[in-house]
Amino acid sequence: MKLIKDLLDKRLVYVTGKGGVGKTTVSAALGLAAVRAGKRTLIAEVAQQERISQAFGHEPAGFSETEVADGLFAFSIDPDEAKEEWLRHQLRSGALAGLLSASRIFQYLTAAAPGLAEVVTMGKIWELAQLQRRSAKAAPYDLVIVDAPATGHGLALMRAPRTFADIARVGPIKNHAEQIHSFTADPNVTAIVAVALAEEMPVNETLDLEQRLAEEMGLELTAALVNGVLPERFSGADAEAMQSMDGVGSPAAREAVEAALRAHQRERSQRSQVARLKRGIDAPVATLPFLLTPELGIEDVERLSVELERKL
Amino acid sequence: MKHEGVGELIARKEVVICAGSGGVGKTTVSAAIAAGAAARGKTAAVLTIDPAKRLANSLGLDELGNEERRVEMDAPGELWAMMLDAKRTFDGLVDTYAPDEQTRDEVLSNPIYRQISNAVAGSQEYMAMEKLHELHQDGRYDLLVLDTPPTRNALDFLDAPRRLERFVDSRSLSFFRAAGGMSLGLFGRGTGMLFSVMKRATGVDLLKDLAEFFNSFGDMAAGFRDRAERVNALLADRRTTFLLVTSPRTAAIDEARHFHRKLQKEDLPFGGVIVNRMRRPVRSANGAEVESELAGLLDPQLAGKVARNLEDHRALAERDEANVQRLAGQLGRKPILTVPELAGDVHDLQGLQELNGHLFARGALRR
Repeated sequence: MKLIKDLLDKRLVYVTGKGGVGKTTVSAALGLAAVRAGKRTLIAEVAQQERISQAFGHEPAGFSETEVADGLFAFSIDPDEAKEEWLRHQLRSGALAGLLSASRIFQYLTAAAPGLAEVVTMGKIWELAQLQRRSAKAAPYDLVIVDAPATGHGLALMRAPRTFADIARVGPIKNHAEQIHSFTADPNVTAIVAVALAEEMPVNETLDLEQRLAEEMGLELTAALVNGVLPERFSGADAEAMQSMDGVGSPAAREAVEAALRAHQRERSQRSQVARLKRGIDAPVATLPFLLTPELGIEDVERLSVELERKL
Repeated sequence: MKHEGVGELIARKEVVICAGSGGVGKTTVSAAIAAGAAARGKTAAVLTIDPAKRLANSLGLDELGNEERRVEMDAPGELWAMMLDAKRTFDGLVDTYAPDEQTRDEVLSNPIYRQISNAVAGSQEYMAMEKLHELHQDGRYDLLVLDTPPTRNALDFLDAPRRLERFVDSRSLSFFRAAGGMSLGLFGRGTGMLFSVMKRATGVDLLKDLAEFFNSFGDMAAGFRDRAERVNALLADRRTTFLLVTSPRTAAIDEARHFHRKLQKEDLPFGGVIVNRMRRPVRSANGAEVESELAGLLDPQLAGKVARNLEDHRALAERDEANVQRLAGQLGRKPILTVPELAGDVHDLQGLQELNGHLFARGALRR
């Protein structure tokens, strides 16, 4: 089976990786590919930057499931709202939840309690991915894609339900946290995708991620996607021909040749980084092309989603 | 000695905090600044907290521990580096502030404490600030450079000391110490009600653990609060400077603008911005002329590729510059320092020295 089909047949896909590698773009591209495969899809952001809505030229989605393209929904998880919602559900009473939320002590505790934001965020992700939604009005999704935080924090987020289950030991929090963990850490329903760049440190971080997933959570990385890979524009022979020019020509021509030689060097360095990643990792690796248009725009996302279908 | 480039921004400073979004080269720039200071005779240390061991990579070390390590470098000063182990730093604090051994052991073995100090995101940020403060008190280094953790919105770490302060706030403490007695008679009516609602939300065991945690932690709370206040004072001190590190890409620039506003709002000492990996501007005007000239010197097909590459590069370089201008418009008289994109990745001392050629260059600051 093709990897892309395998990915899109899951219920939950986490997209993580080093900062600045294009996790949001890849999440959006996966979302479009899922919609083309006939899936009702939601992309959940956790950084509250509304970059998904922005990419689709839509108003900020906020804490509401907002259709930003046909069959594709965006959602931004605000931990405070997720906490309120969870409390209302847990206590089965808006009034009691209101009482707790209004309590200064409770506010202090929950605002400061390290890790609470992560566990309620995971709880909301889990809820979004359920076929039976908490609210009777909410329609289920075939696939939920999480535009997750960078590697270290992404891992802490995934681990949060387990951590809380351990803290609580018994009782309703424990049960709920266990329930979330057993879904979000089940490879049958959940995939983990690492996004990288073809550079030294993002590659190291991806290798590290696969290892830590296995060691700390017993999970496998489903796929690694290398973003921003330059086309092989200049061959080795091209480079030799340019090097042998050795200062001939006008300043403009020399500047152009120097730029070309630098581009050649970057292409080569990228290729060796991709090769290093492939050697060091068990998960399948695919590359995505560097796109000249820099801003996260809908055309880019579409192009990348087609690439994903082709490469995976 | 004359201070050039970033040297001007860190002269007379004892603490440099490098902040910015992920993937912009913050760790590398932090290490380069410390290495540059060491090359100028200072005893400098760079601290990182990144769980992905990036600093160790940039310094060509296999591993960094919770202790500072000297980095081999041919320099009049000294370069030290450390990667924080948040858990060990936290344990060390408990050890410092526990009134007796029994309390210390109770806290260290409490399940709530173990999770907070170990697995949970957020405590790392706090510990980074904490260690910074400790090393500054130590006085062993002329310069401390903190590579801030890549938090979700790059700003969380500023709130970290305050968050812990609130967590051990006296009100939550007295509530749970009362709850520890488990006798409702101890509560006022409001608190008793609150307690029973919380019990429904969390289960009684969790509440009991919390109560125990606060009970034993309570004696240390004053120490922790005091410490958090001193960390905040250090951040705002004149001897501290915040440098924003960004790439010239649009998303990173937006984040840097946001961060700059936040620093202003918090009245924190802001030194300037380092824009890393700027694409070199294209000086020559015309790609078509270049192509026809090169067609006489190279294979015509290759000449075409070279010209197209030049135009692509021009478009990207112009966009970088426009983004930097957009940021500059907001900074007033604070300087921007641009570092050109280097040929290879920087991940060893030699690379750091190359980077420093730009960071510490005369006239590198734009105002």
